[in-house]
Amino acid sequence: MRKKMKLLLTAVLVVMSLGVLAACNSESEANNSEKANEKETSGSLTISGSSAMQPLIAAAAEEFMSQHPEANIQVNAGGSGTGLSEVSEGAVDIGNSDVFAEEKEGIPADELVDHKVAVVGMAPVVHPDTGVTDITKEDLIKVFTGEIKNWSELGGADQKIILVNRPDSSGTRATFVEFGLDGAVPAEGVTEDSSNTVKKIVAETPGAIGYLAFSYLSDDTVAALSVNGVKANDKNVQSGEYPIWAYQHSYTKGEPKGLAKEFLDFLASDTIQEGLLTDQGYIAATKMEVKRDAEGNQSKK
Amino acid sequence: MESVASTAKDRLIKSTKRKNHGESSGKVIVTLAALIIIAATLSMTIFLSIKGMQAFIINGVNPIEFLTSTEWNPTGENPEFGAFPFIFGSLAVTLMAALIAGPLGIGGAIFMTEIAPSWGRKILQPIIELLVGIPSVVYGFIALTIIVPFIRDYSSGTGYSLLAGIIVLAVMILPTITTISTDAIAAIPNHLRDGSYALGATRWQTIWKVLLPSVMPSLWTAIILGMARAFGEALAVQMVIGNVRDLPGSIFDPSATLTSIITLNMGHTTYGSIENNTLWSMGLILLLISLLFILIIRFLSARRKI
Repeated sequence: MRKKMKLLLTAVLVVMSLGVLAACNSESEANNSEKANEKETSGSLTISGSSAMQPLIAAAAEEFMSQHPEANIQVNAGGSGTGLSEVSEGAVDIGNSDVFAEEKEGIPADELVDHKVAVVGMAPVVHPDTGVTDITKEDLIKVFTGEIKNWSELGGADQKIILVNRPDSSGTRATFVEFGLDGAVPAEGVTEDSSNTVKKIVAETPGAIGYLAFSYLSDDTVAALSVNGVKANDKNVQSGEYPIWAYQHSYTKGEPKGLAKEFLDFLASDTIQEGLLTDQGYIAATKMEVKRDAEGNQSKK
Repeated sequence: MESVASTAKDRLIKSTKRKNHGESSGKVIVTLAALIIIAATLSMTIFLSIKGMQAFIINGVNPIEFLTSTEWNPTGENPEFGAFPFIFGSLAVTLMAALIAGPLGIGGAIFMTEIAPSWGRKILQPIIELLVGIPSVVYGFIALTIIVPFIRDYSSGTGYSLLAGIIVLAVMILPTITTISTDAIAAIPNHLRDGSYALGATRWQTIWKVLLPSVMPSLWTAIILGMARAFGEALAVQMVIGNVRDLPGSIFDPSATLTSIITLNMGHTTYGSIENNTLWSMGLILLLISLLFILIIRFLSARRKI
């Protein structure tokens, strides 16, 4: 009996000491943010949002922190919706999104300041045995709305077309539907969220077609289609010839200050835009020859 | 003489004191634990109820349409919120997984307790326990790599199907069903077995006519607990079921479950938007159906014979 009591007491003690440790931690965090006001390249910054942007921002944050050891930047994923919600609530300093804030319901877009960090191109991808390498936009729409059901109708192999979609709320889907399908609603097909899973499905299922960001096209397990004869590559996106691309936005509530501003400047600097960003398969926002507004209207820069 | 008496009295008082001390502090600790558990559960239920009702109250989604319509199109010009295909998908995979795992699990339990209590249990028990320890994402990944291509090769579809989800879930809930059934059968008092043998019954007759009927409520509890787990599983199912919004025509067609739609969309939607709120409503439906499972279990436990 007494032994059990002792065990219980030890357990309680352990829990309590953990609590004290946690309290210490949050105290030191509070100290950090206080310091941010005194000295600029220190303090802490929390970022959340788009899981597509997370690897890029996290890598940039690491580089930033190695240059400024006093700074502490935390990058969480969670999705564009989460990022936009949290930044407008003030829960995080920067919210990443792969769609314009104006396109999401319930977000006070006028309170948020948009920083276009990068551009990501997306390409329709097919199983390599399909035998089709180029597709007109018209046919692409017919394929995705289920009007064309077999690749032989497009001069390819005699294989049933299998659609691989993204969930309704996904930013990748929104971009592809708007600029690849001119707003046509895709027919039902296998729906997956993660780009890696989509790539795996397309690579393994004969006749499958899906859409992926350029950064996932590094090997030949899937084949990217040209649209209207325009190859899906960085150059054609920059010149505005290739239509399916989207900005990667970092939003702040009001104009960024202190560490947030420094970090965003760092993201826009040539070191990141021409180094890390390009290495990870994104397109430098600074290199774009065209621009686009929240309504999707494209114009020369 | 006197001194001895006083020390005895002292000792008595001392020990009573200590006993009281232990009693009260122990009582405080366990009561606190109980209160925390109750508070956590209650507050989660209340929170989920409030969030789940918002789609109907604030956004004006028709609850009957939500439960019965098969049209799910939250981002269209005229958004439609019919969650019936997902409710159907969840119930279908759960029931059919139980249909596979139930007989398998109970069979394994009988094998472990009645047929080969010594070596059978030594082999099967660790294997079953190993199944519990495999993370659901690993189940999903294995199914995506093995079961989906297998179904694709032997059916006309893509392989992403109800059937793939059912198989994954059946394996995942097998340990729950087997473990609870084993404990129930092992707890049957030996005089029931002895009585049956004394009447000249064979081993199988004893199992079939005496043992199984006497633990039936516990076996049902095992199956329903397994179903509750299957109903709430999200990740593994999401990876193999295909996640389409159409009602499946056969078990080879892709489908979707409430959990898979929630996990696919939650991160992309903004807080307070109608789409986000309908996802919370789906969460509320999950909670209500789980509650139903628990009610059935309580009802069955009340009928337990031994």
